[in-house]
Amino acid sequence: MEGAMQTESKIRADSRTEPGPRGPGCSLRHFACEQNLLSRPDGSASFLQGDTSVLAGVYGPAEVKISKEIFNKATLEVILRPKTGLPGVAEKSRERLIRNTCEAVVLGALHPRTSITVVLQVVSDAGSLLACCLNAACMALVDAGVPMRALFCGVTCALDSDGTLMLDPTAKQEKEARAVLTFALDSVERKLLMSTTKGLYSDAELQQCLAAAQTASTHVFRFYRESLQRRYSKS
Amino acid sequence: FLMSFRTVEPLEYYRRFLKENCRPDGRELGEFRTTTVNVGSIGTADGSSLVKLGNTTVICGIKAEFGAPPTDAPDKGYVVPNVDLSPLCSWRFRSGPPGEEAQVASQFIADVIENSQIIQKEDLCISSGKLAWVLYCDLICLNHDGNILDACTFALLAALKNVQLPEVTINEETALAEVNLKKKSYLNIRTHPVATSFAVFDDTLLIVDPTEEEEHLATGTLTVVMDEEGKLCCLHKPGGSGLTGAKLQDCMSRAVTRHKEVKKLMDEVFKSMKPK
Repeated sequence: MEGAMQTESKIRADSRTEPGPRGPGCSLRHFACEQNLLSRPDGSASFLQGDTSVLAGVYGPAEVKISKEIFNKATLEVILRPKTGLPGVAEKSRERLIRNTCEAVVLGALHPRTSITVVLQVVSDAGSLLACCLNAACMALVDAGVPMRALFCGVTCALDSDGTLMLDPTAKQEKEARAVLTFALDSVERKLLMSTTKGLYSDAELQQCLAAAQTASTHVFRFYRESLQRRYSKS
Repeated sequence: FLMSFRTVEPLEYYRRFLKENCRPDGRELGEFRTTTVNVGSIGTADGSSLVKLGNTTVICGIKAEFGAPPTDAPDKGYVVPNVDLSPLCSWRFRSGPPGEEAQVASQFIADVIENSQIIQKEDLCISSGKLAWVLYCDLICLNHDGNILDACTFALLAALKNVQLPEVTINEETALAEVNLKKKSYLNIRTHPVATSFAVFDDTLLIVDPTEEEEHLATGTLTVVMDEEGKLCCLHKPGGSGLTGAKLQDCMSRAVTRHKEVKKLMDEVFKSMKPK
């Protein structure tokens, strides 16, 4: 594609104000996505959620080391680089989460004995980092043309001490929250692909957050569709 | 013939059993392997435990050392977990720096400790801003036959209950810590988080407590950590096939029953221990 296509979308016309009333408040931050901005990787995307920004690059299907080769499907690798410092154990844990999510949707069987590498660089972190990484990874995989059976998106929910649910929390809200739950949902049936949580919460609250995340994911998938439509309609 | 079929087509072999609602080792889909626990076996550690979940064996040793509290939280101590998956436990691991699975498991245990508030870090502080206890929890896997996270969580819990810390007083004149080894007290364990792991097969079937073979063949895994009030400390689902809300509900109910089983086992063990 010539140059980079930039698409912006305001899910809610006004900026985020105070958290919504009891029950699922559905205000996500301002999204923006830019694809094909790097020339070397096969696919790249930059995803912004409010002030959180992640840059993703995808190389693949490419040659794989014999030790890592799988005979009947592609080997997926995810590298997550934090904004400052060396990658540590927490990054490894997140890489495993993102990798397993991608493995569930990428049709690896179409490219056996190859490797697909997703490299994520955290540009700025203002809350909901893992969800932003997942979204950036998905957009980059689409930009690279990797065959997938569904798209996926990341949604973060925060529960504060009196049970109010907040979607897409900022860093301050995450710190003050009692529990922060991050989900990855697929686009076909909104099934739960990945979940990682922090803090204590009850079973009922989990179901509530999951339902809210599923509604929010509809917005994200609509944004994906619009941005891709805008990109391909120009050519 | 059956053994060669198992090697050549492991997934088909498994599917035949799953169709009859059981597994090759004779267990039902919701049945855990025999769990055994032994505490206090390492004399040189301040607290220790050995947990066996079928063939999966994890040993946990806790050593308490002195350290300076962090500057941004001067009245808190540290709990530092480390999971070690050595070549001893499985052919998949090589010696050297910890591989990905060990790092993920260490992070998982750290998250469980943090989320469940199993011990208040304030209890580990001896003198605010100057001295605090640092508990180094080393979880070593001796035999990896699947479901490492459940075994590690259980081993950690049992070892923490076994830890005895000596009384420490700060001598005002010399500003040195004086340790009274004769007077030891147990830690205040506030909650009992218990992990229950599931494996997802073919996007639909959920089985509990997967062995290593089952983990390889599964399309996804899920670990739920629950404490005694039914509150969830951790819902760890690292990708894999999608699950609906209803399936999650089934997992929660199974986790509740598992918590009761584990709690009963632990109470028995600690009751039967002779006081020092």
